[in-house]
Amino acid sequence: MISNSVSEDIATDIALKAENVSVFYGSTLAVKDVFLDIPRNQIVAFIGPSGCGKSTILRCFNRMNDLIPGARVEGRITFHGRDIHDKSIDPVELRRRVGQVFQRPNPFPKSIYENIAFGARINGYQGSMDELVENSLRGAALWDEVKDKLKESGLSLSGGQQQRLCIARAIAIQPEVILMDEPCSALDPISTLKVEELMQQLKESYTIVIVTHNMQQASRVSDMTAFFNAEATESGGKIGYLVEYDKTVNIFQNPAQKSTQEYVTGRFG
Amino acid sequence: MDVNEPTGGLEQSPEFVQDLEGRYRLDAIFEFATWAATAIAIGVLAWLLISVLIDGLGTLDWQFITSFPSRKAERAGILPALQGTILLMVVVATFSFPLGVGAAIYLEEFATDNWFTRVVEILIGNLAGVPSIIYGLLGLTVFLRLFSDITQGPTILSGGLTLTLLILPVVIVATRESLRAVPDSTRLAGFALGANRWQVVWSHVLPAAMPGVMTGMILALSRAIGDTATLLVTGAAAFIPFSPDGFLSRYTALPIQIYNWASRPQAEFHNLAASGIIVLMAVLLIMNTTAVVLRNKFQQRS
Ligand SMILES: Nc1ncnc2c1ncn2[C@@H]1O[C@H](COP(=O)(O)OP(=O)(O)O)[C@@H](O)[C@H]1O
Ligand SMILES: [Mg+2]
Repeated sequence: MISNSVSEDIATDIALKAENVSVFYGSTLAVKDVFLDIPRNQIVAFIGPSGCGKSTILRCFNRMNDLIPGARVEGRITFHGRDIHDKSIDPVELRRRVGQVFQRPNPFPKSIYENIAFGARINGYQGSMDELVENSLRGAALWDEVKDKLKESGLSLSGGQQQRLCIARAIAIQPEVILMDEPCSALDPISTLKVEELMQQLKESYTIVIVTHNMQQASRVSDMTAFFNAEATESGGKIGYLVEYDKTVNIFQNPAQKSTQEYVTGRFG
Repeated sequence: MDVNEPTGGLEQSPEFVQDLEGRYRLDAIFEFATWAATAIAIGVLAWLLISVLIDGLGTLDWQFITSFPSRKAERAGILPALQGTILLMVVVATFSFPLGVGAAIYLEEFATDNWFTRVVEILIGNLAGVPSIIYGLLGLTVFLRLFSDITQGPTILSGGLTLTLLILPVVIVATRESLRAVPDSTRLAGFALGANRWQVVWSHVLPAAMPGVMTGMILALSRAIGDTATLLVTGAAAFIPFSPDGFLSRYTALPIQIYNWASRPQAEFHNLAASGIIVLMAVLLIMNTTAVVLRNKFQQRS
């Protein structure tokens, strides 16, 4: 279904596209009017203060907002030119193509092997499972650390290893895009560095969207950066919006908006 | 102790009045209070247990376990009641596990949170507290009258089904609690890999909740095994001089037999009742041990 449009995508080189996207939780508008193109095989960073809707927009891309009661997405989001809210697109299939890594490492309380095999199995993987497990763990730079204890629980690993296990689990089902929501915020600096290095390798084969609170991380790893901010409403709430989206160098060295400048230089509330 | 003195041997700002001694005293008092509560609870239980053992051990022998009831106390045994109870538990476990766990999964994982599910939740919570005689009357109407073609009257099947009704709310509530204790991050991880709700529940949520489900199940079965009123109303017989030959057999059960002996005037039968209680407790102990073993197995696997 989605694969029909791969040719169209190669022409545009845009993996995901958000057009005029607004998200509501119940009747509350959380983020409004977002226009955003995610280019293929690039790393796009979302930065901005807490509560401005970075996670919300990220969850739009694999329709994880569907699982939140009362959440509603308006506007158009396309994956390889196909509207992901179209009836012909099944969210289950979409999530195989657009994987996600969460803020806190959340391996299944099962063996390391099973953590990786699960996604492949439910998605009808026919090849050799042992090979897939090994390749995925290698792809996540974790193989050498765990190859002798694949039967042990994923929860027995350190936080940084758990997060790389989650990345291995995500790439095992061969997605095209990996969404990462503050993947390093629960990790120590060394584990963070490992994950960042890993992202540079993954970029060869995957498109990555990463939400991060860490300005250095955004400037180190990303090609494009989107700066989100929130404006206060009269009723005391706030509405997130996309302030500026550009090449990372421009955002950090020569932003067009004053608020971006203030945020990236740390002169911001 | 003068509270204005620096306490604990350290310099103290005058704004902090550190009554350390008083706090430690309170601590000790509280520890004693909780210790006393534990001691009283254990003491009462031990007393109960010891008096049952004193009364019952004398008449508890192999002959008692393998004999049928009799009008003569020295020849009376508990075999049909023991067999009846075991078969009842088979029926109860067979029906209450899939029904209770299934209902809990639906309510907790599939149903959206609306006024209907909230009303159901309150109703189930209340049902768990309804006296067992009411369930007995319900069972009498439903299983003995309405479905008498299937249950064949006051049989192990109808008794077991009535006991299933009795413990179903407990199983549902306990299962929901353990499902709720599984972190949402586990579900999200599954969904993000393209699993649908059933795959997430079956592969990850239910296994993680299983130890808690087993605990709830065993508590519920313990309630069922000792329940007397339900079975009295649904027609367990007091005197069954034969072994039940299946689920459609007339039967008696341990609590019924114990009740029957205990209500006789002769003291010898009171001793038999105590022996019966020991047998009942032994069955309970075996059930609980099985549950713990099963639970540990589940915990190791995950
Ligand atoms: N599940 C939810 N239900 C209701 N409101 C939510 C939910 N998730 C996020 N929000 C609201 O949406 C806004 C944006 O949140 P979020 O996307 O988490 O921001 P960020 O990731 O940038 O910190 C916040 O005001 C937050 O309170
Ligand atoms: Mg967030």
